[in-house]
Amino acid sequence: MPVADNLLAARELMAFTLGFHIILACVGVALPAMMLIAEFKGRRNGDEVALDLAKRWSKAAAVLFAVGAVTGTVLSFEMGLLWPRFMERFGDVFGTGFAIEGIFFFTEAIFIAIYIYGWKRIDGWKHWWTGVPIFLAGIGGAFSVVAVNSWMNQPQGYELDAAGNPINVEPLTALFNPATAYEFPHMLLAAYMVVGFGLASVYAVAMLRNPAKRDDRRHRLGLLIPLTVAVILTPIQLFVGDTAARGVADHQPSKFAGFECIQETGPDQTEWIGGICTDEGVKYGIGIPGLDSFLVGFSTDTVVTGLDQIPDDEEPPANTMLHLAFDAMVGIGFALLALGAWFGFAWWRKRDIPATKWFLRAVALSGIGAVVAMEAGWIVTEVGRQPWIVYEVMRTEDAVTEAGGLWFWFGGAVLLYGTLGAVAAFALRRIARREEPGADIAEGGPYAPPPERIGGAER
Amino acid sequence: MSKADVVAIILVAGATLYATFGGADFGAGVWELLALRSRDRSLRERVEHRVTLSLGPVWEANHVWLIFTLVVLWTGFPDAFAPIMETLYLPLALAALGIVLRGSGFAFGHTFAEAGARRANAVFAVSSLITPFFLGCVVGSIAAGDVEAGGTGTAFGWVGPLPILIGVLFVSSCAYIAAVFLLDDCRRAGDDDLEPYFLRRSIAAAVVTGVLAAAGLVVLRADARPIFDGLLDEGLPFVIASALLGLLTLAGLLRGWSRALRPLAIGAVVAVVAGWAVAQYPYLLPETLTVEQGAGDGATLTALIVVFVAALLIVGPALVLLFRLAQRQALE
Ligand code: HDD
Ligand code: HEM
Ligand code: HEM
Repeated sequence: MPVADNLLAARELMAFTLGFHIILACVGVALPAMMLIAEFKGRRNGDEVALDLAKRWSKAAAVLFAVGAVTGTVLSFEMGLLWPRFMERFGDVFGTGFAIEGIFFFTEAIFIAIYIYGWKRIDGWKHWWTGVPIFLAGIGGAFSVVAVNSWMNQPQGYELDAAGNPINVEPLTALFNPATAYEFPHMLLAAYMVVGFGLASVYAVAMLRNPAKRDDRRHRLGLLIPLTVAVILTPIQLFVGDTAARGVADHQPSKFAGFECIQETGPDQTEWIGGICTDEGVKYGIGIPGLDSFLVGFSTDTVVTGLDQIPDDEEPPANTMLHLAFDAMVGIGFALLALGAWFGFAWWRKRDIPATKWFLRAVALSGIGAVVAMEAGWIVTEVGRQPWIVYEVMRTEDAVTEAGGLWFWFGGAVLLYGTLGAVAAFALRRIARREEPGADIAEGGPYAPPPERIGGAER
Repeated sequence: MSKADVVAIILVAGATLYATFGGADFGAGVWELLALRSRDRSLRERVEHRVTLSLGPVWEANHVWLIFTLVVLWTGFPDAFAPIMETLYLPLALAALGIVLRGSGFAFGHTFAEAGARRANAVFAVSSLITPFFLGCVVGSIAAGDVEAGGTGTAFGWVGPLPILIGVLFVSSCAYIAAVFLLDDCRRAGDDDLEPYFLRRSIAAAVVTGVLAAAGLVVLRADARPIFDGLLDEGLPFVIASALLGLLTLAGLLRGWSRALRPLAIGAVVAVVAGWAVAQYPYLLPETLTVEQGAGDGATLTALIVVFVAALLIVGPALVLLFRLAQRQALE
């Protein structure tokens, strides 16, 4: 199979499976914190409703962790199946990050099991503490993987010998590269925003469907806990994102010029919002003169590199898509900030969720918005880095496998993951529907003890 | 012993842990699959319940060993990882497919009720065959010398007697370990009802696995002579140990032992893997890449050793706690 065709298929397959996994990874990173907050409230105030929420969330986490674990395992295979040349050449430079992550995966897999299993068997605060390692492992896990991705953006911690192979590797220098400093916090906050807004939106939808639930305590808490977390983190995220953009402008000028669609190098660059990227710059967008230069260097005199400085065969592809992906992420970030301000203001004045249906509608959309922003962010990072798999060191086309049949696997992956997603959504609905009072939601489900009575199992 | 050797030992240790604990998981799925065919609905449900009690909380932790092994392979020995992946992509991709189906089958089987659960459980049970079989093919193919340093392959280039036989051997040894574990659970929980059921199956699986292993030696002699010679040379003590442990397990099964069964069965598997590793040494890919040639940068090897020790210190106690809880559940 010609390499060009393989390259496209391999990229699509990688992007699709990663784009799927990352949503579940967000759940693995951030949902444990929500469970712990709810359980904390429940234990401190003897609040049964909060405890019930924690149990429900842990149950949903169990199903999503399982899907996250299998899709993550597939990714580990894909690293080698799709990009063998990349692994062969640089596996020992960045691999330590994944090895460290192994520890966090173990911790996560072990303690999620203990936590869920322990609802009926471990008492009081001891149970709460069994959840803390899951929360910490989520942070550590996100760090290790994202550090690897950051290394692909700003490779360091090795030298190349005459044949182009890395020598004198420094694993820690590789992991703590300049891009890690903003990519990791940015991704961590994104995970908390995806889960925070996402979980709140579930309860907002329920309240919209059945207005009586607006005054139901479980629904109110279910909306308030995650929404509060997400709303507090949003402004921090915008700050980190702004730092990230400056980091990219400094270290990856081709990527920055790509997503900002800057054609000519120079000062006084206009910041374009929306529009289409053409060879003469952005068309049909809203332009704010000088702002782009100002954002990069705090002065409109700042010279920003344009695509004219980048050799043709080193320019990122499809600039309109890149540009719009970046704008979508930033736009959604500001929209979520506005939602947070609305909520904060209402809470300050009335200690209540804003009374209008429009607020619930906005919260209902915020979950989807956060996911779209997160995916758009990855498109900016990944597509913007092209044609490099390791920025300015190794081209993606030199990394790809020669194995045939990749489009076939791509089709299979779409079918399989599509089914998996649908069944998982179905499973979540089932968990949400178990509303009968007294139903023991701590039982059944992956990791948990099976329900006491199954057919002839009773003895 | 060089640093590369130490990392190679870590790699083998990870693979062994996966073969035993992951293997017991797959094997439990195999028994569920065989029980599915039974007309006796109550038997089916009892077997399913037993399997759930045993796997319950450990089913995911057991599989992290695979990820660990993969990561050590690509970080420690990138020059071996790439040709393995590029030559054996078909069995590897099918093994990954099996992992997706199995994990999600297990999770959904315990979320849904009735028809949904039955369907998910069937997926879980069937896919428990896929992954061990194809991983066995991968190991067999590497042993047969199909993977060459810097080499690539074709979709079906790996198909041959040795890979297929090792694939079948992997499935049967998974079933064997699982049957012994489940039998031990039954004995300790006083489940007199399923005990004879798993006793018969443990013995059958032990015999089948033994026969396949013997057949494996014959095929190995034809298709992977260097490893065969190695097994009869440096590997001989391990071969003898695994045969003895296998026989001892068989004796224990018949005489109603309980606590000794697990260590004995695990010991037999460890001996086989260790014997194999010793026989293949110094080659990672017989006979084109040695451990020394395939190893990554020295600093990375050190980092891997440090991470492994840290993993043992951090994860070890937590794993013990989890297994204790799981045992308590299995006894309920
Ligand atoms: C809820 C999600 C979310 C929100 C609201 C934002 N981002 Fe973001 N962004 C991500 C989620 C994300 C991400 C998916 O997490 C990425 C991909 C890789 C990474 O580290 O974070 C990302 C990448 C990413 C990059 C590329 C980094 C690189 O290639 O190394 C830049 C320049 C920004 N972001 C900038 C921003 C700015 C200026 C924002 C708002 C003012 C913003 N992001 C809001
Ligand atoms: C740890 C995180 C990640 C790593 C290590 C990683 C790694 C890779 C690799 C190796 C490739 C193939 C080479 C390339 O095209 O650059 C790739 C491509 C790609 N990935 Fe990522 N990726 C990560 C996260 C993500 C996520 C979460 C998404 C979600 C959408 C994503 C989207 C893409 C896209 C769109 C491509 C294709 C680029 C193109 O077509 O030009 N990546 N990534
Ligand atoms: C190339 C990129 C990636 C690879 C190879 C990868 C690999 C894996 C693997 C093997 C697992 C299963 C672990 C288990 O069995 O418990 C997993 C799960 C997980 N991954 Fe990824 N991953 C990647 C990207 C990411 C990213 C970008 C993040 C976070 C920001 C992430 C966070 C997680 C978390 C928290 C889990 C455990 C929770 C869960 O299962 O949902 N992963 N990943």
